[in-house]
Amino acid sequence: MYAIEFKNVSFRYEEEQPYVLRNVSFQVEAGEWLAIIGHNGSGKSTIAKLMNGLLFPTEGEIIINGIPLNEENIWEIRRQVGMVFQNPDNQFVGTTVRDDVAFGLENRGVPRAEMMDRITSSLEQVRMQDYLLHEPYRLSGGQKQRVAIAGVLAISPSVIILDEATAMLDPLGRKEILDTVHHVQAAQQLGLITITHDLNEVMQAHRVLVMNDGEIWTTTVPRELVKRQTELQQIGLDVPFVTQLAHALERQGITLDEQPIDHEELLDALWTLHSNK
Amino acid sequence: MTGSLSSWQIWQVINMNNLLIVGQYVPTNSIVHRMDPRIKMLIIFFYVIFIFFANNIVSYALFTVFAVGGTLLTKVPWRFIAKGLTPVWFLIVFTFILHLFVTKEGTVLVNVFGLPIYSGALEQGAVISLRFFLLILLTSLLTLTTTPIEITDGVESLLGPLRRFKFPVHELALMMSISLRFIPTLLQETEKISNAQASRGVDFRTGPFRERVRAVIPLLVPLFVSAFKRAEELAMAMEARGYRGGEGRTKLRELQVMKRDVAALVIFIIVVAAALITRDYS
Ligand SMILES: Nc1ncnc2c1ncn2[C@@H]1O[C@H](COP(=O)(O)OP(=O)(O)OP(=O)(O)O)[C@@H](O)[C@H]1O
Ligand SMILES: [Mg+2]
Repeated sequence: MYAIEFKNVSFRYEEEQPYVLRNVSFQVEAGEWLAIIGHNGSGKSTIAKLMNGLLFPTEGEIIINGIPLNEENIWEIRRQVGMVFQNPDNQFVGTTVRDDVAFGLENRGVPRAEMMDRITSSLEQVRMQDYLLHEPYRLSGGQKQRVAIAGVLAISPSVIILDEATAMLDPLGRKEILDTVHHVQAAQQLGLITITHDLNEVMQAHRVLVMNDGEIWTTTVPRELVKRQTELQQIGLDVPFVTQLAHALERQGITLDEQPIDHEELLDALWTLHSNK
Repeated sequence: MTGSLSSWQIWQVINMNNLLIVGQYVPTNSIVHRMDPRIKMLIIFFYVIFIFFANNIVSYALFTVFAVGGTLLTKVPWRFIAKGLTPVWFLIVFTFILHLFVTKEGTVLVNVFGLPIYSGALEQGAVISLRFFLLILLTSLLTLTTTPIEITDGVESLLGPLRRFKFPVHELALMMSISLRFIPTLLQETEKISNAQASRGVDFRTGPFRERVRAVIPLLVPLFVSAFKRAEELAMAMEARGYRGGEGRTKLRELQVMKRDVAALVIFIIVVAAALITRDYS
């Protein structure tokens, strides 16, 4: 059983309009981190919204933890699939951090006593427990996103989707969010789907799904993906700096043993290269 | 509580900008602050009604003691209370002066510019001004000691019975709380857009009225566009988080009537009863 399974899903927003997703099939296993990447308008957010019943497929089938998604069970599905959106401000409902994390719990009729425990523990997981009574305008974008993640964690979902949740943050904030989510995901064996159009952010994922014009371009592991620099550039994706540097070195006749995927690996490759000589 | 202090500062900013008077909460965490907002609202509601029954020194004294005593208990510095009253001072004084010249009862005390001032006028002017003052004072205590969100919770709870008549109580309260949550955000945005437009040479702070109104349009249009976009995204996020209306929903913030609330009610009832007994019936 997969955490999420798309079977030949096609989707268009209106009849007569072109399909924005064509014949999309893929699976996400429990505890797996799948990154979805693609140029603007390639259909990434549409996929995300299909996953928790904010949209329904025009054709094809979506199965979440063995349950086929339909109008009757969207509430159960939404309890299992938590979603964090791009704009930190436009998903903060409560007047304080505590009230915002409570929102999802209140919606599901969780008793008050239990709410308190769940709020504290999910805020601890994103290290925001000291901000319980803060209002949103006193939080940075990154802090608001962490509260949004806590709000999702509080309902103990089995899958978390981040739809460009780090796009409006600075590099440090981005890294913090990704580290936090990765940590929680690994600890609780959650399915994690991160949507981005920055290849830097897919390097830690287990698998990458590349979207191009509403179709799956490829599904692979990050290390393999970055080898296809020119092809990626053709579909509007820039490879990370580390990869570009490795390619540039190659052109100069310096070949590294293995394609590095982050700064650390690049450093290792460089200094071992030197000592190999 | 530093948390409320800062929100209070924001409210102050709002007040200064004169954009919207949402409240002027002053966090002193007094016993009045910790009272149930519903009880505060009920007391104020009935105070406003019963003060009109006062008609002699004793009954007025009772209502005055209650309001002033309540004010003292809030521990809110007088200058904040005075600030809250500033816009109505003028009205209070004006009412007093009007009564001086219009009422013609009792004996003539003095002549001002040939106009006689009667003793009854002095009395009545003072009484009406006092009543006016007490009403404003007590109602301003509500916003001084209760956060807007507590007021919202209180209103939702007090209007609860109307749900039976299909009155959308929960939706109303949610609307209020979302507005409260977004006021600072939209204010910041207004500021940003107005700076952006000012840097393009749009000037809506000076110049003739017509010009300024015209200059406001490039401020309002992007503000509305962005507000609608926010609303759409917020609705989507709320739905993704399982929001499906008030049915079957639980609440984190719970209002509880405590001993202090009962005590306040009892004191209030005693004051009203005493006033009703001591007033003149003739
Ligand atoms: N509500 C809508 N109604 C009609 N068409 C839409 C709607 N939302 C998106 N589209 C179209 O569907 C296509 C896919 O959009 P989608 O938002 O899924 O892209 P995306 O990959 O998330 O892009 P981005 O990187 O900009 O977020 C786009 O061509 C877009 O114009
Ligand atoms: Mg998108």
